[in-house]
Amino acid sequence: MNPAGVTAMQLGLQSCEACGLLSRPAPGEEEGRCPRCDETLAFRKPGSLQRTWAYVIAAAICYVPANLLPVLTTTTAAGADSDTILQGVVLLWSPTGWPLSLIVLIASIMIPSAKILALGYLLITVQRGSAQNHEQRIRLYRMVKFIGRWSMVDVFVDTFTAALVQLQPLMSVEPASGLFFFAAVVVLTMLAVESFDPRLIWDSASAREVRHA
Amino acid sequence: MRRADWDLVIANLHNEPLSDGSLIACLHCDLLQRLPDLAPGGSARCTRCDKELWRRREDSLNRTLALSLAAAVLYVIANSVPMLGLSAVGRQAFTTVLGGAEHLWGNGRETVAGLVLLTALVAPALQIGFMLAIVVAARRKRPPRWVGTLLRHHPTTCTWSMIEVMLLGVLVALVKIADYATVIPGVALFVLGVLVFLLAGIQASFDPREVWNRVEWAESARRAGAAEKIAEATS
Repeated sequence: MNPAGVTAMQLGLQSCEACGLLSRPAPGEEEGRCPRCDETLAFRKPGSLQRTWAYVIAAAICYVPANLLPVLTTTTAAGADSDTILQGVVLLWSPTGWPLSLIVLIASIMIPSAKILALGYLLITVQRGSAQNHEQRIRLYRMVKFIGRWSMVDVFVDTFTAALVQLQPLMSVEPASGLFFFAAVVVLTMLAVESFDPRLIWDSASAREVRHA
Repeated sequence: MRRADWDLVIANLHNEPLSDGSLIACLHCDLLQRLPDLAPGGSARCTRCDKELWRRREDSLNRTLALSLAAAVLYVIANSVPMLGLSAVGRQAFTTVLGGAEHLWGNGRETVAGLVLLTALVAPALQIGFMLAIVVAARRKRPPRWVGTLLRHHPTTCTWSMIEVMLLGVLVALVKIADYATVIPGVALFVLGVLVFLLAGIQASFDPREVWNRVEWAESARRAGAAEKIAEATS
């Protein structure tokens, strides 16, 4: 067999995600343990697709209240006023403040929805055994992994705004119920990325190469 | 149990390493390939999916140690002095990272407070602490077994450590509040700004492969432990 186009799984080898060591499991065993760092090993992350789907669906459900419920309540002498994430973006929009408004719009609204869609696309193409666009799909996976953490920015904005603006009885700002769901979307999509095994994207390519060999 | 039986139990517990240590599989596409011997500063990429397989760093342990020490000092300063202040109608208020989480907790948002605490305080502390312990211990002639355990969990602490995201959030909050009150940037804000660069510097100078090549293998540690037990049982 040509060693240039062979995967570790095809040769019955497992590589360790923690330390990178390649090793051979006991005959007939699906799961093993890394002899160097003691990490449990498998050819592919166990239950990767099911777990990723579970996180993505949970994130999609939380995405609705995250955007419909208010994240901040501002109390002034004139009364209480609640803002959702989108209203916060609009409020921040001004001739000088628009770059920051844009940051919040991208980080809080566009990135979480794009992440859910991108993960859904990766999951569906893997399940269908798609043998196309491997390079684009792995690039999409890396982008989702890299960019996901920045969605947390709105959680920090609201945390520190609420902690600081405590000028009772003139004005005070408190976190509202939407913040919990928004934080849940961020955490759930991050967990989804962590549980997805990118090697699944390439398995259709590997199978094909061997058939042609 | 006889010694041969113990050996069998241990052999079944761990995978069998390959005799050729330069063979690896890409973690993003599982393609089997041979890692070339790199000069310091050089890097190797997967031929199929372009993932960086290894980047050999120059003087990795010393540089990482220096940066980690500096990061630890800045982390302590950043969390003990005020970060952000506000002055309006003759009143002043200051807050720290911990203060922000505390306020959320006090207002019934315990889960979100916990998340802020984890991503802005606990995970960064573990990230810096683990790295310090790893590079200090890896400089010994025979690095102890726990170095591998810390190194195995270090990427998780990095995933959840979000100092740079928090800093952006604080800046946005600062601009937002500036509309109706005078904001006073605290010392901690600038310290956090430097810390973000130091953490990036640690990522860019640390070479985990160098440490993995030096740690004691889990397999041999367990074998030694088993040998001790046999000696105890037979004496």
